[in-house]
Amino acid sequence: MSRQTPLHAAHVEAGGKMVDFAGWQMPLNYGSQINEHHVVRQTAGMFDVSHMTVIDVSGEGCCEFLRRMVANDVAKLDCDGKALYGALLNDAGGVVDDLIVYRRSHGYRCVVNASTRDKVLDWFADQAPADVLVEEKDLAMIAVQGPRAVVNFQTATHIDLIDELSPFGFLEHNNWMIARTGYTGEDGVEVILPKADVSALWEHLMDVGVQPIGLAARDTLRLEAGLNLYGQDMDTSTSPLVSNLAWTITWQPASREFIGRDALRAERTAGITQKLTGLVMEARGVLRRDQRVTTSFGDGVITSGIFSPTLGYSIALARLPIKATGDCQVEIRGKMLPVRIVKPPFVRRGQSVFD
Amino acid sequence: MSEIPTELRFATSHEWARLEEDGSVTVGISDHAQNALGDVVYVELPEQGQLVAAQHEAGVVESVKAASDIYAPVGGTVIAINSALDDAPELVNQDPYGAGWFFKMEPADVEELTELLDPEAYAEICEAEEH
Repeated sequence: MSRQTPLHAAHVEAGGKMVDFAGWQMPLNYGSQINEHHVVRQTAGMFDVSHMTVIDVSGEGCCEFLRRMVANDVAKLDCDGKALYGALLNDAGGVVDDLIVYRRSHGYRCVVNASTRDKVLDWFADQAPADVLVEEKDLAMIAVQGPRAVVNFQTATHIDLIDELSPFGFLEHNNWMIARTGYTGEDGVEVILPKADVSALWEHLMDVGVQPIGLAARDTLRLEAGLNLYGQDMDTSTSPLVSNLAWTITWQPASREFIGRDALRAERTAGITQKLTGLVMEARGVLRRDQRVTTSFGDGVITSGIFSPTLGYSIALARLPIKATGDCQVEIRGKMLPVRIVKPPFVRRGQSVFD
Repeated sequence: MSEIPTELRFATSHEWARLEEDGSVTVGISDHAQNALGDVVYVELPEQGQLVAAQHEAGVVESVKAASDIYAPVGGTVIAINSALDDAPELVNQDPYGAGWFFKMEPADVEELTELLDPEAYAEICEAEEH
């Protein structure tokens, strides 16, 4: 039996089409995923992301532990109230998961995917030394995203100073953690809060006109924003170097021996052969995962493909030979169709941004 | 529960067929099917004049999430296609049994319609899929 978030009844009441996702019953859409997509790009929408896994890491050695676990360096978080995005790697340099790490006064909070919960908890338990405490927290989480998200959130909650948070900054307000982060390419916040508080927040946000958005629109929004989905655009068989995540690897100081470092160094020395990049297809049709891409430097494959509601045509992320640029072709139902390789993101703040 | 008009016949692959007064057969996809697909963004229709056999591929409907083949519920010749779907594929979601029709056929053997599911039998299939 799959789990329900505390907002389950609210989703059903709002007309949510509930589906099983990573062991949770979650809303796929509340009618039209395209309309929901536009709401987030144009005004403000909210997502129940209570299925995501929240792990608190504390104790004497917590900073050194996370500096070893995460390829990005949590030591860059030079004060409380800052967060960063990064990847957990295995010894072979493959991505175990991506996560956000928040620095708090008594340790760190990690938010990882729902689909990877057991694997990551096991990985942390295996690796944690005696002076580090790893605890999963049973909390709720709402993402409010869109150009009006911050204004509407402040109106709904009467919590000030959210608009002064920088990207990846966060503040703590009673038992709530409010961070200027998201997965849509729009401004907004993600709020981690006790389960008992979440229904009231959801209702207050509804009252100020923030609309509920389902998982289907979450996928088209994140793909337009050029953001990877774990298990689809990257997994343990791919390193950050071939997943458009080289920017999340912190190489300096050289003395920091994070897990996977040696393998990444070896991969770089041997020469990186692939890249995760963007495709656009203005011809009619929709790019889909697993479709073959033919370039003059060899073949590649689409890892995520959608119809982009903002652009009005199809876009994709694809793993291609590193030298491939410009025009190439995708095979769709036996036909070779022209596509163009572009650097993601495709859309930021509601506007087309690729060249 | 999705809507199932009583004058239609259905294929197990979720196309509907309606016998018109002039003897032609109009084809589309059911309310249940459009709901399962989600927002339709592109419909690839057969060509006018094309011969299609019953249960053979006659087009593709693509939603944001997935591509799905459309099968001809009966055999015959395609005599009209709904070109409005080129610019407004969302008609398939908004009005699956009306403005969202796909194509019209001149059936080779109108008796093939009787081999399709009646609304009651089709409702059972939908219900089984929904649970």
